[in-house]
Formats: sequence, C-alpha cells, structure tokens
Amino acid sequence: MIVVKDLTKYYGSFAAIQNLNFEVAAGEIVGFLGPNAAGKTTTLKILAGYMPPTGGFAAVNGYDCVGQSLAARQSLGYLPETVPLYPDLTVGQFLDFAAQAKGLDRSRRRQEVARAIADCSLESVRQTLIGVLSKGFRQRVGLAQALLGRPPLLILDEPTIGLDPAQIVEIRELIRQLAGEHTIILSSHILPEVSQLCQRVIIINRGQIVASDTPANLTQQLGHDARIHVVIHGPSADISKTLAAIPGVKGVHSQGNGAFTLEADLDTEVRPELARRIVQNGWDLLEMKTQEFTLEDVFINLVTEEELPVATPTVQ
Amino acid sequence: MSGCLAVWRKELTIYFATPIFYLTGFFFLLLAGYFFYSNLVYYTVLSFQAGQNPYLATMLNPLQMVYRPFFGNLAVLFLFIVPLLTMRLLAEEKRSGTMELLLTFPLTDWGVILGKFLAAFGLYALLLAVTVMYSIAFGLILTLDWLAIAVGYLGLLLLGGAFLALGLFSSSLTENQIIAAVIAFGLLLLFWIIGWYEELGPPAYQGLFRYLSMMGHFDTFSRGVLDTRDILYYLGFTYFFLFLTKRQLESRQWRG
Repeated sequence: MIVVKDLTKYYGSFAAIQNLNFEVAAGEIVGFLGPNAAGKTTTLKILAGYMPPTGGFAAVNGYDCVGQSLAARQSLGYLPETVPLYPDLTVGQFLDFAAQAKGLDRSRRRQEVARAIADCSLESVRQTLIGVLSKGFRQRVGLAQALLGRPPLLILDEPTIGLDPAQIVEIRELIRQLAGEHTIILSSHILPEVSQLCQRVIIINRGQIVASDTPANLTQQLGHDARIHVVIHGPSADISKTLAAIPGVKGVHSQGNGAFTLEADLDTEVRPELARRIVQNGWDLLEMKTQEFTLEDVFINLVTEEELPVATPTVQ
Repeated sequence: MSGCLAVWRKELTIYFATPIFYLTGFFFLLLAGYFFYSNLVYYTVLSFQAGQNPYLATMLNPLQMVYRPFFGNLAVLFLFIVPLLTMRLLAEEKRSGTMELLLTFPLTDWGVILGKFLAAFGLYALLLAVTVMYSIAFGLILTLDWLAIAVGYLGLLLLGGAFLALGLFSSSLTENQIIAAVIAFGLLLLFWIIGWYEELGPPAYQGLFRYLSMMGHFDTFSRGVLDTRDILYYLGFTYFFLFLTKRQLESRQWRG
C-alpha cells in the first residue's frame, strides 16, 4: 500500500528526514513513533501529497506521490496534525464539501456523510458551527472527513493529541473498528497507544528509522533479562546475599523498605527457588511479580542511544 | 470539475455565513444608489434648463449624462470593495492551515483557483445585478438604450473579473488578510491610474502606459461601445493573474 524508498526532505540545510525506507502492506496498521521533530509529520505530509520530497520516492496505492499526485490523493484520507477545519461552516456543510471535493456524486455523498457522521458519533453536532466545537469533537470531525469515500489508506497524524483520557479511548476504539477495511498509518509519541493499536511499529529518530518490528518483538529484543519485583520482610543485608546466590539471578537491587528488583536469565525460572529460600530462612514474602519490558523502555533505549542534539529546529 | 464546484459552493457558503459580504454589500449599494441618484438629479436640472436653451437640448442624452459617469463611479467603488471580497480567499486558508487539507484533497490547482474566483465573481455579479433595478425604475419614465446599458454592464463584469483575479493573486501571497487587501488595493489603483503617466513618460513608452491602463479600456464600455481589443485586454488580464496565482500555489513544491 505504501512504498517509501530513500525518502529525504531538507528544510533549507536542515535534514528533516534522511533516506527513509519502509513498506506498508495492505490491511496493516502501522504506528509511526518518534520524539518531536523526528520527521514523523514531514513523512506523512509527503505521503499525503502536500509537499514533495527533496529526494527519493514515495508511492501510495501504487501511485507516485509526486508524479501521480491526484490519483494518490484519491486513494487516501488524511488527518493533519493540527486538524485544520473551517470554523464558519457547520459540521454537515463541511463534510458535504469534503465529500464533494473527493469527487463523490450527490447520492454517494449523502450516504458517505451519513456513514461518517454515524461512525464518529457526530449526530448531535451536525448543525453546529465547527468554530464552537470542543477539541474532541473537532478531532472527530477531522477523522470523519478522512473516512469519506472509504479510501483504502488512512494517514492519521497524532490522532489523539490534545484529547482527554475518555476521548482518547473513544478515538482508539474508532481506529480499531476502522482497521478492517483500511490500511492505517498513524503517528504518535504516546507509546501505549501504539502498542495497543498497531501491528507494526516504525521508530524514527532524527530523520532516520531506528527500528521497525511488531511491538512484541521489539520488547522481546530488548528484554534479554526478566525482572522480578519482590517485597520481603526481614534483614535486608542477608536477603540481598541469599537472593544473589540463587542460580540464574544476575543482579539484585535493593529499593528500600524490603523491596528488591532481581534481574534473571529469561531461560531459567527462578521464582520457585526464590520463594523456597525465603520461606526456609523464616522471612515473610509479602509480594512477588515479574515486570515486563514495555515499549517505552525500547523507545527510550533506541532514541537515547545517540546523544540528542542540543537544539533541533522544530519542523511542522 | 466537481472539485471546482465543491470549492465554489464552500466559498459561497462561507461568504454568506460571515458578515463581511453583507457589510461590503450594504455600503456598496448605499453608495451606488447615491451616485445614481446624484447623476440623475444633475440630468433633471439640466433638462429644465434645456427648456430655455435649444442648443443644450441637443446635448441631452441620459446615456452620456447619467450612465457614463455612473459606470465610472461603480468601477471606482469596486476598486475599494474587491480587495475586501478577495482578501480572505487564500490568505485565510493558509493562516488556519486548511490549505493543507485543501491541497491533500484530490483537487487540481485550477479547480481550487477557479472555484474561489468564480465564487467571488458570483457575489460581484450579484451586487451588480441589484443596481440594474435603478435602470428599470428609470426606464419606466424614459426610453433608454438598453443595448448600450448592457454593454456598460458587460464592461463592469469584465472589469470585475480582472479586479478579482488580481485580488485572488494578492491573497495567495500572504497569510494575513489585511496585507492581502492592501496589496490588492495598491496594485489595482496603480493599474487604474497608470494611464495618467501617458503624457508625462518617455514617448517610446506612451503606448504601453495607455495600453496597460484599466481606466482607458473601461471608458469605451461606459460609452456603450463594444471593442474586442478591450474585451481581450480584460480577459488577458484576468487569465494572467489567475495564472500567477496558480504558480504561487505551485511554489510550495519547490520551496522549503
């Protein structure tokens, strides 16, 4: 659905993205992850046909984003980061305009607008001027606009930014429902969101892809060790020594108040032995749980491996 | 084509949803009515005098004494009003970021430009149509040369197209509506009076200045004379500025 080859974009002498290469297959949901000014929005803008790249090639649905821009734009729905809308139009008027701009005829238009309004739960504000809508509604209007005409590809730039937690859940639910009939590429810097929604994550930093895999694989790659959190009532110096002696345990870190974090081999199950020794020594085991590496750890790991630039120009 | 229609419809909806059109329309009609009335009064006074002066009576001609100055007055009024109608067309899209939306819809640049131009032109024609009522009332008491008046209105429509194209172009240069209006007004005024320089400038360029002058080309229409050279001038002027607007929109392709 998306093919990106050696994509490069310069703003003046600043390289927003450099030699990006990735592909997205039809039906995939791909998360585009990175810190601010990493080049996420730039890449999505190029894919949406808003601006051409400085170098390289991008194609959407088999159409070159520059050479066959019109056909490429016909096959995508785009939600820009800032959700630009016309404040002087009502929601219904705006969606009708968007549908007509996408080339739908009158009957198809009525049908598509009705569907988008239903999908994004906008019935109550259909006659309301967009200018007076809350942020959450505006976001949904932006999403509804992208859905019109059922384009095979949806490009969503930070679809949940600026929303309250309840609204975030709603929008995520909506995106998940859409997954069936659209290929979706969405950008975000919220990690749980990406790990919940996406089948694949592309992590981008300073204009370059640093990782591309499923959320599970990414966390597994980083998670060489298992982490176990225990809280034990007893003399802490003895406990440290005893725990470190368990086969398979690589390190023990005391967290104070009887709490310890163990690093252990993934292959060895240390928990039965751990429990046994605590009981044998007459200590009280108050709590034990394994901690998984989150996508957040992966992200921080990948993004902070290199020293972050002192001043990165913000690029919209 | 459906893209052009979509943009046209959207622009008209916004025009009618915001006060700027109603306000400019109100003042335009107020002033247009005043101009027509004052020309008419002047004509009436002269008609009374012509009763005693047979020489003056031969000069009396409503086309020459009412309509010619009236069309000139309307043209000057539009000089002020057109920048107000066109200033938001592209500048506002840029400022609010909706340009990004517009340009990622499957619309051609010409579709966007023509949609916007035709929407503004529709309003212009609407304002002009209201002033036709004056002539209808006038025509009830006097026999008028309707064909000559129609030529005058055709001239105003062509002139309006040129004005609006230039206004649209200035709106594409900036994201500030005020700046867009100032540029449009400055350029329009310049093109309006550039003919004055005809007698003063170097002889080699006199023809050029006379040709560029919008006022000079308009005068034939306001006398009720149809001249293809003037029609071509206005159509060429309109196309030139629409073309510049398109180039300006395309410049996003190679600018950083």
